[in-house]
Amino acid sequence: MAQSALLNASILKKVAMALSGIFLITFLALHVSLNFISIISEEVFNQASHFMGYNPLIQYVMQPVLAIGVIFHFVMGFILTLQNSAARPIAYAKYNGAANASWTSRNMIISGLVILAFLGLHFYDFWIPEVAYKYVAGTAPDATRYYGELVHKFHDPIRTGLYCISFVLLGFHLWHGFSSSLQSMGMNNKYSRSLSRFGYGFAVVVPALFVIIALFHHFNN
Amino acid sequence: MALDSKIPHGPISDKWTDYKDHINLVNPANKRNLDVIVVGTGLAGGSAAATLAELGYNVKAFCFQDSPRRAHSIAAQGGINAAKNYQGDGDSVFRLFYDTVKGGDYRAREANVHRLAEVSANIIDQCVAQGVPLAREYGGLLDNRSFGGTLVSRTFYAKGQTGQQLLLGAYSAMNRQIGRGKIKMYNRHEMLDLVIVNGKARGIIARNLITGEIERHSAHAVVIGSGGYGNVFFLSTNAMGSNATAAWKIHKKGAFFANPCYTQIHPTCIPVSGDHQSKLTLMSESLRNDGRIWVPAKLEDAKAIREGKKKPTDLSEEERDYYLERRYPSFGNLVPRDVASRAAKERCDAGFGVNKTGEAVYLDFAAAIQRYGKEQAYIKGLDANDKNLVIKLGTEVVENKYGNLFQMYLKIVDENPYVTPMMIYPAVHYTMGGTWVDYNLMTTIPGCFSIGESNFSDHGANRLGASALMQGLADGYFVLPYTIGDYLSPDIKMGEISTDLPEFVEAEKAVKDQIEKFLNNNGTHSVDHFHKKLGKIMWDKVGMARNAKGLNEAIVEIAALREEFYRDVKVPGKANEFNQELEKATRVADFLELGELFAKDALHRNESCGGHFREEYQSADGEAQRDDENFAYVAAWEYKGKPSDAVLHKEELVFDNIKLVTRSYK
Amino acid sequence: MKLTLKIWRQKNAEDKGAIVDYPIDGIEPDMSFLEMLDVLNEQLINKGEEPVAFDHDCREGICGMCSLFINGEAHGPDRGVTTCQLHMRMFKDGDTIFIEPFRAKAFPVIKDLVVDRSSFDRIQHAGGFISVNTSGNTIDANTIPINKHDADMAFDAATCIGCGACVATCKNSSAMLFVSAKVSQYALLPQGRIEATDRVLNMVHQMDAEGFGNCTNTGACEVECPKGISLENIARMNREYLSASLKG
Repeated sequence: MAQSALLNASILKKVAMALSGIFLITFLALHVSLNFISIISEEVFNQASHFMGYNPLIQYVMQPVLAIGVIFHFVMGFILTLQNSAARPIAYAKYNGAANASWTSRNMIISGLVILAFLGLHFYDFWIPEVAYKYVAGTAPDATRYYGELVHKFHDPIRTGLYCISFVLLGFHLWHGFSSSLQSMGMNNKYSRSLSRFGYGFAVVVPALFVIIALFHHFNN
Repeated sequence: MALDSKIPHGPISDKWTDYKDHINLVNPANKRNLDVIVVGTGLAGGSAAATLAELGYNVKAFCFQDSPRRAHSIAAQGGINAAKNYQGDGDSVFRLFYDTVKGGDYRAREANVHRLAEVSANIIDQCVAQGVPLAREYGGLLDNRSFGGTLVSRTFYAKGQTGQQLLLGAYSAMNRQIGRGKIKMYNRHEMLDLVIVNGKARGIIARNLITGEIERHSAHAVVIGSGGYGNVFFLSTNAMGSNATAAWKIHKKGAFFANPCYTQIHPTCIPVSGDHQSKLTLMSESLRNDGRIWVPAKLEDAKAIREGKKKPTDLSEEERDYYLERRYPSFGNLVPRDVASRAAKERCDAGFGVNKTGEAVYLDFAAAIQRYGKEQAYIKGLDANDKNLVIKLGTEVVENKYGNLFQMYLKIVDENPYVTPMMIYPAVHYTMGGTWVDYNLMTTIPGCFSIGESNFSDHGANRLGASALMQGLADGYFVLPYTIGDYLSPDIKMGEISTDLPEFVEAEKAVKDQIEKFLNNNGTHSVDHFHKKLGKIMWDKVGMARNAKGLNEAIVEIAALREEFYRDVKVPGKANEFNQELEKATRVADFLELGELFAKDALHRNESCGGHFREEYQSADGEAQRDDENFAYVAAWEYKGKPSDAVLHKEELVFDNIKLVTRSYK
Repeated sequence: MKLTLKIWRQKNAEDKGAIVDYPIDGIEPDMSFLEMLDVLNEQLINKGEEPVAFDHDCREGICGMCSLFINGEAHGPDRGVTTCQLHMRMFKDGDTIFIEPFRAKAFPVIKDLVVDRSSFDRIQHAGGFISVNTSGNTIDANTIPINKHDADMAFDAATCIGCGACVATCKNSSAMLFVSAKVSQYALLPQGRIEATDRVLNMVHQMDAEGFGNCTNTGACEVECPKGISLENIARMNREYLSASLKG
């Protein structure tokens, strides 16, 4: 079979979605762990953030890889969604999707779009100021600024609220996404059931932790 | 015209081998120059189309369904017989041959049946090689079950979906050839006439059911594998679309129609529930392996059950009449189908029926659940006296064996058969009669072959369970591919046959005229109205038990109904579009002729044999009385314009290898 | 029972089509859904109107010919049944019932509720077989023992009736359950392993070419499948496909 056909094959697209999703899931795990430190210790949080912000491996290798992963996951998600809706040009007059599939599984594009919008806000809040600080203004490194910046962002109840809503949608996305990625990669053996259960736990715990962190800083200050 | 069955000479066990050794072959390069039309894609048609294409012929296959996979062979549940003797219980080719001839009440052609038994083992090998997932034992080898009318376990199966799996096997073989371009598949096409050029079948006229276009297709030979004519009864276990049109059209063009009265009434179907009923659902005969059939022993209990005042589970063992076990102690619930059906009718006619229509008997699994439950309890080292546990374990075993059938019953009847006995009643299921064919499976029209249920050949007056699948695949995979080669060998230099020949033009015109006539008829009743009326006449007067008076009435009534049909049928829509009412009209028109010939055949056969039971010819205890002296022949009818004018030709049946005895299952 | 039917009517493939309302009375709970439509058609014919075209054949849930998207679900609200086995006792007096054709780009409408599912056939032509010719000399059926567990799983996959409910139900019109059932059946049997690589590549390629959507693992197909074909088959096909792709 021609190589191009292989790259266009529906199953490989699914697998690519799954792999990029799993990659983003591991990133989320890392992210939530770092953030959680902020609840425990301001000092350790600052140290960890500083390491992440100035380690060249992370900045110049991991960060672009992450960006590519995010962009790929979104773009592919859009392409697949468009293809999927083209596969049924005339819609049903009555479609009872709730009868046979969960809301989360049917609305990955909605939860995904909310997460995308959230990423915009998140970049505006943290990443753009960070770039402006480090590269545009060229300010000297300050290993103690991170905790303060974080706390400052959660003063605003609207922003905190938006963050929390997004985290709930992230939970929805993960609820389906985790086990779905296993299925897409063809995982079906004695471990897959417990892995799926772990996935459901992950989809609850990680967003919940993000929410707790946000609310903690909002109410703690 | 004298019937020549072309049975090869020599001892029966050598006939087929000798035949194959001496027929004319077509070399592979020449096969490419030969076209074969196959009508119908069930087990017979599908397997024939695939095999002929593998050999190199150009095959054009036709089915009225939207895919060859939907042919009604798919609905066969129980299994397929083969003389493999994997169980070491004494089976052999001869025994399968013997059982089939005996089961057919000595009205089948010995040579054909022996050949069938010979190739039966190859069918299993072939299907397993194709990836058909037949049931296996824990050791990884194939499992067998036993079926009605035999004393050995030779039935291979795939749960309750054997027909489906075998058909999908044949379909997969077709797919391979369609993918290679060797089969050109015409889905949603219906054959409406045969074209004969210079006395040989050279093509068909077919209607594209989507566009309504009438098409001409030519070939060097035409194979009909279009199934049986059970739908002449309107209510049957056949699919709604199953029809006799292809078989009847070739009959009208010169193919003799043999033994139409041999119809199998299957004993285990879900009873009719009301007037709206469109079809009957079969429950596999394999259920009789474990289910016990009974009716209440006392009339008042039967009445109370019909009125809903008593439940079957209220009756003690003494209050039940296990009538098959009582009448036929050696075969019990596993007597052949015709015997089981008549016994059910006898009890219901006597007033012991158990549903509101009075036409149902019980099929009870309580004993099987107990037996299996205890066995499982022992195997698992659990308490075999714990009643609930035994029921639970037994239910699991029964569910494992018949789960899909029980679920089907539950959905249709809305009663749980694990708890309360099933209700069953006989229904029309299979037609042993069909187009007459010689040993080569060729009809009386040169170049027109008939295979599977559409021919008459192998089952005599009654078909044993699990033999239809065997015959369909034997004809298609292993018999026709040889015999058709012998026929085609002189045609290798002929080249493609033109569809512009006057014979095609004429046949096409006749088809178009009939269609126009229906559409412009402006009658008052739908096609179904007439079909239901025909069905009622057939069931009441040409059904499970027949007598001369009823048959004479039926002949008159059917002829009158046919006239009324042509005068008063209303077919909406147009010719050049998807028109399901028009499809039905052309089919019912043929049933209205076939039904009359059916009754005529039943009337002429003054004996009871197999599926044909004449009330005048029974013993004092109600068993069928065959008349070998006068009726050991195949009745092949020649069309002469009207069914009533059909001319009888006899093919005397010669039994050199099996002694004719009264069929007893007592 | 008295019902209001909202049925998709479309004269032919080119016609735009629309939902038409049909009130109907005198429906008995013991009727099958198709028998209810028979009653409607009989009434329409008597009134001089065109009957509703719908596919059906065996009416016992095995041929896969019947379809219909009933009240938003393939084969209607019951589970484990095809439309022909759906009984009117699943509905209540006074109900409104939407009856639509199975919808997908790969299943174009022929007329009313009848759709063209030949895309399924073409996927099978691409590889839904084992390349073995018919002969009387095939090896004995018991030469290769097959683990009962695998044989049973192959059988379960093979019970697919090709009705297309999976596609009709899937919000993406994906045919993965159908294709994976055939791929799995053969992948689980030693006879089928020999061509497994080409089979899965070719069948998936054809599936994609037919314009079916992508699977997003909602699991709706498994729920609506009248034969309960398992999602495990899709995982198995994904696995087969991945390893086949790596082999090239």
